[in-house]
Amino acid sequence: MRLPSSRLTKIFSGLVLAGGVALSPLTAMAQDQKLVIVTSFPSDLTKVFKDAFEKEYPATKLEILKKSTSSGIKYVQETAGNNQSDLFWASAPDAFEVLKGDNLLQEYRSRVDGIPDKVGAFPINDPDGYYKGFAAAGYGFMWNTRYMKAKGLPEPKEWEDLRKPVYHGHLGMSAPSRSGTTHLTVETILQGKGWDEGWKVLKDMSGNFKTITERSFGVPDGVNSGNFGVGIVIDFFGLSSKGAGFPVEFRYPTVTTLVPANIGVIKNAPNPEAAGKFIDFLLSEKGQELLLDPKIRRLPVNPAIYAKAPADFPNPFKDSSIGAALKFDLDQSKERYNLVNSLFDVMITYRMEDLQEATAKIQELEAALAETPNDQAGSMLVLAKKLVAQVPITEAQSLDKDFAAIFTKKRKKATDTVTGRQAEVEQEWDTFTVNNYRKATEVAEKALDLL
Amino acid sequence: MSAVTWARLVPRGQWGPAIVAMLIGAFLLTFLAVPVAKVVFVAFQNPSTGDFTLLNFSDFFNTSLFRESFWNSFYVASMSVVVATAIALPLAYITTRFNFGGAAIIQTLGIIPLIMPPFVGAVAMQLLFGGNGSVNLLLDDYFGFTIPFMEGLNGVIFVQSIHYFPFILINLSASLANIDRSMEEAALSLGASGMRLFRRVVFPLGMPGYIAGASLVFLKVFDDLGTPLLLNVNNMLAPQAYLRISSVGISDPMGYVISVILVVFSLFSLWVSFLAMKGKDYATTQKGGGGLMRRDLSTMEKLGCYALILFILLVVLSPHIGLTLLSFGTIWSFSVLPDGFTFDHYLEMYNSAGQFIKNTLLYAGLAGLIDVIFGTAIAYVVWRTGIAGRKALDFLAMAALAVPGVVLGIGYLRAFYQVDLPFGGGSLASFWLIIVIALSVRRLPYALRACVAALQQVSVSLEEAAENLGATKWGTVRRIVVPLMGGGILAGFVTSFATAAVELSATIMLVSNEADAPLAYGIYVFMQSAAGRGSGAALGIVAVLVVAIGTYASHKIIERTKNQQAMD
Repeated sequence: MRLPSSRLTKIFSGLVLAGGVALSPLTAMAQDQKLVIVTSFPSDLTKVFKDAFEKEYPATKLEILKKSTSSGIKYVQETAGNNQSDLFWASAPDAFEVLKGDNLLQEYRSRVDGIPDKVGAFPINDPDGYYKGFAAAGYGFMWNTRYMKAKGLPEPKEWEDLRKPVYHGHLGMSAPSRSGTTHLTVETILQGKGWDEGWKVLKDMSGNFKTITERSFGVPDGVNSGNFGVGIVIDFFGLSSKGAGFPVEFRYPTVTTLVPANIGVIKNAPNPEAAGKFIDFLLSEKGQELLLDPKIRRLPVNPAIYAKAPADFPNPFKDSSIGAALKFDLDQSKERYNLVNSLFDVMITYRMEDLQEATAKIQELEAALAETPNDQAGSMLVLAKKLVAQVPITEAQSLDKDFAAIFTKKRKKATDTVTGRQAEVEQEWDTFTVNNYRKATEVAEKALDLL
Repeated sequence: MSAVTWARLVPRGQWGPAIVAMLIGAFLLTFLAVPVAKVVFVAFQNPSTGDFTLLNFSDFFNTSLFRESFWNSFYVASMSVVVATAIALPLAYITTRFNFGGAAIIQTLGIIPLIMPPFVGAVAMQLLFGGNGSVNLLLDDYFGFTIPFMEGLNGVIFVQSIHYFPFILINLSASLANIDRSMEEAALSLGASGMRLFRRVVFPLGMPGYIAGASLVFLKVFDDLGTPLLLNVNNMLAPQAYLRISSVGISDPMGYVISVILVVFSLFSLWVSFLAMKGKDYATTQKGGGGLMRRDLSTMEKLGCYALILFILLVVLSPHIGLTLLSFGTIWSFSVLPDGFTFDHYLEMYNSAGQFIKNTLLYAGLAGLIDVIFGTAIAYVVWRTGIAGRKALDFLAMAALAVPGVVLGIGYLRAFYQVDLPFGGGSLASFWLIIVIALSVRRLPYALRACVAALQQVSVSLEEAAENLGATKWGTVRRIVVPLMGGGILAGFVTSFATAAVELSATIMLVSNEADAPLAYGIYVFMQSAAGRGSGAALGIVAVLVVAIGTYASHKIIERTKNQQAMD
């Protein structure tokens, strides 16, 4: 049956629209200035700034739109044709790079002084002026003290510690594809330890995971509630959980990155002046001091503010050990952003059970070997470990622009073509990984039989 | 098209229903098919060249992870139906079959699990049943072992059955209440009783409601996203689709391919449930003394029933118990109960709650209303008319069930963001009514299944009788069909309303203004805090109370109208 459906559709949506407008309250009329901020930050943070800002500028009302970083980016991208939002406010610099790359941000020059160029080894502001850093954040781990005591676990100090068998089944992290901050952690380890060694550390750690959470917030949540003992998190998750009274502690390992959390004006913002006022407020001493609130606990980028911080508060401008061990290469991170996420998902997130099983067997074998040394079993242990650690591609491949493009391809024009399909590559990686994990488990089992 | 062909498409005297069907069809095309097509299009697009292709689908079937995900989803959905049936059947049977105090309360409590956003339910259940949750800490302390309630696929089945069993309970109860007691009397007088009576007469007659409920549970679990995500189970289809669609910068078509597979498979299982019902007549002509005979229970039986029901309710309401503890607790960390109790969280959320509640009641109420009106109309068109394409209309409406909320949300932004409202009202996609439309489209299948089940129990001969006596078609529908469907329509409204009130996945993409945000969005925002989720839990409790009161009130209203009808 052929119906004149498009016309009917139009008529009907017209009716719906007319009805809708008749129902809508007349809010668009004479009103105070409104500032719409798209943010990934929790209301604990945004509420403090909203209240303080509206007190300072009573004529401007803040409208906070809470989205996760990735859906926030999607939202800004999808709504660009008719943009109603003024500011994008989130942690991960990568997110701002994506928006900047899509030409969705507009430049803003702030007039606030007292903020240095760098924190740790990282520039605070985007050199091109598209976004500003307003707080610093480093990566490390938090742990639940009650949990650790009940299970008799030692406090971890370095990434290496998390590889130890004693932590098997007690760790949690979010997937880097789900969380911009976790991506930075993974990339930090890969850059700090090198590609092969980095993946080895990551897989050994992941083999000890209890779970991989879907959102970055799931990690502090899991540690706070005692679902697992140790979580790999961005510092303020640990610091603010502690500030709220949870029995948790936080530590930076030596290899960490300090990166700024950012804010930027969205292109074609309806209220660019108000947006500027908000950025300046955020960077002012008053705004910076708000970051010390026990529910926020982010590191201010104005060094003078630390004088007002609580006693055990980390100060990256004084304590040069935080984030100094590594010069983080943002370009490299951006280049292979999706590739690293995809590789992590294929090898770790989606094959968690296989990895856990192989890791448990290897750890069992290691413990047994410590009791009764055996050369043949020893060499089988080396083989099993090697199988688990193997990565299907080399570092050079990961930095090959054409190859990485398979994961970022975005056809701009109808004539653009990209070779290779992500699904095809991922299936190859998956087969490779699953085989390796299975073989490693078998080898470890056989070696155990020898003992 | 000539008059002759039109006449073949629309049988005589059915022009009224045909126009209604066309209007509803146009609505569904605009607000379901077009937006989803905008997203689904990507699944058929060669990522490299932009040409039409089926390559992405062959990639799907060549990928072991996706095949595994498919089987996991299928397994979890089937097992959830089994477990949900085990929970719902005794509740439905006892409350409709025996004279039993508190039946209305049990029915209301049977709705409550639905009015908790799955993500909140999983948080609360994690605190109680998680590896280091209250129950396992106690077990470990006293008996030295723990039970992995919440681990892997079994955890998903556990949470899903508890969350979705009301679909079966509501539809089955409505169905059982509609059975003509003369059937039962006939069976009894012929010597059937006990299990045999139940197995051979009562259950088969309640079948339409059961199938309606069970197919909803199956479909819902099959593409539910929130629960597997919260339990961090990735190897299922819906999370795979979501993870791939929503990751930053990935334009991988696989997420869209999975969405298409979800839609197709859901339609397939729907078709199977149609087949199961085909060629069977469940309608009974007498409606006066509706409902099974209610028997009085002996004291021992009564105690047994109460014990069983209490146990089921305790398990089923555990998310709410957990949430209540969380909302009053100070710090709850690796301990059986929170360290202390406080009202602070309620004070903290007090200021913002009013606006969220108002929005939720408005949105979910409108959506529920739209759903039962459309549901009744579609059910009537499909089962009572010969209009061509009526099955397609049914399928189109049901397809909404298979569309992940995120996909619909993105589709709306794509399809309507450029559409400006007249009189400077801004974009259509950012107007609050679009949330209502999204909710009503998403919830239409629930109402529709309930309405269809109700209509299947209304015998055509009653309508024929009315028409023979000179009633018009419209008059018959209004005076005979709709009143007889009353219970089913109410069940449809309640399910639509209650679940729309806690829907998050589509709304989170569409909320463009916090003043327009509904409760689920508010809870989500409040829950995302490393400093504790107390105020989010408090808001969750408020949501549960609001919807529970609404549900209880509508039960009371329908009971009163029923009694009045009986007296007339």
